[in-house]
Amino acid sequence: MDLKLIIFWVFSLVLIGAAIGVITTRNPVQAALFLVLAFVNSSIIWMLMEAEFLAITLVLVYVGAVMVLFLFVVMMLDVNLVPLREGFTRYLPVGGLVTAAIVLQMVLLIRVKWVDATQYAQPLPKPADYSNTEALGMALYTDYLFQFEVAAVILLVAIIAAIALTMRRRPLTKYQRPAEQVLVRKADRLRVVQVNSEDNQNPAVMSNYAAASPTVAPGDTSVDGAIDDATEQGAKP
Amino acid sequence: MIPLSHFLTLGAVLFGLSIAGIFLNRKNIIIILMSIELMLLAVNMNFVAFSYFLDDTAGQVFVFFILTVAAAEAAIGLAILVVLFRTRGTINVGDLDQLQG
Repeated sequence: MDLKLIIFWVFSLVLIGAAIGVITTRNPVQAALFLVLAFVNSSIIWMLMEAEFLAITLVLVYVGAVMVLFLFVVMMLDVNLVPLREGFTRYLPVGGLVTAAIVLQMVLLIRVKWVDATQYAQPLPKPADYSNTEALGMALYTDYLFQFEVAAVILLVAIIAAIALTMRRRPLTKYQRPAEQVLVRKADRLRVVQVNSEDNQNPAVMSNYAAASPTVAPGDTSVDGAIDDATEQGAKP
Repeated sequence: MIPLSHFLTLGAVLFGLSIAGIFLNRKNIIIILMSIELMLLAVNMNFVAFSYFLDDTAGQVFVFFILTVAAAEAAIGLAILVVLFRTRGTINVGDLDQLQG
């Protein structure tokens, strides 16, 4: 029994255990963490099959992005777990039966019907300077260029769909409208008031002017000048 | 050396477990989404195995595209889940009966 076979058995058993954990655990957070374990183990098994780039991609994309997204959603939603578990034991017999039938069929096909699979010729060892990433890139950017671009468009659509689905406008939220901001003119914002200097002797009237009260009629001098004038006059008496 | 059938059997067992997961957790959308991810992983396992044994890069390119589509599917599925929870206040599959006639 060589080392590769031992590694395969160890990690595939952990992978199957993690998969069982995903489907049987009570807590969705634990299920997500079991799924992380399953992805890491299967990436090691892909390493055994010399798919190094995809193994790293699986860890980076799935464990790093998709599962974190799952964990975020699971923790954000305040889910009542009790009704979600109902029917677990009720569907256990039929689910187990269907699963056993499917797995039995596939394993019979692989191991009995198609005997070749058990002693399929091992691939020749790659040369020392062979790079899996380079080979994959060569295939992606030549033969599969169009499909690669379609995949990029699919990701773009996913971004737009996720944002469009979850974005909501609340009535109380205040927004800036830059298009209207740049169009504004001085006359829209500035109201020019004519101040009668004798009235400023009275502090109560003066504070009215400082607040640019609507009783004052618009005139030619600017608001800034009027307020400055009023404060100066108020400081003097 | 590891024979091809080992990898294919592992993929079959993983696929069966994810089907069982959909059967057992049919009230919980989150676990169903995770089971679908597990199912795609089982399919990818077969693709990588055949790519290795037939010495053909095309299988790995397929896995690449499946990963892309699975990531997009997870993002949109979780966004729908968040909107669902916001509007209905529950993600229990049994309560989602608005479309029945």
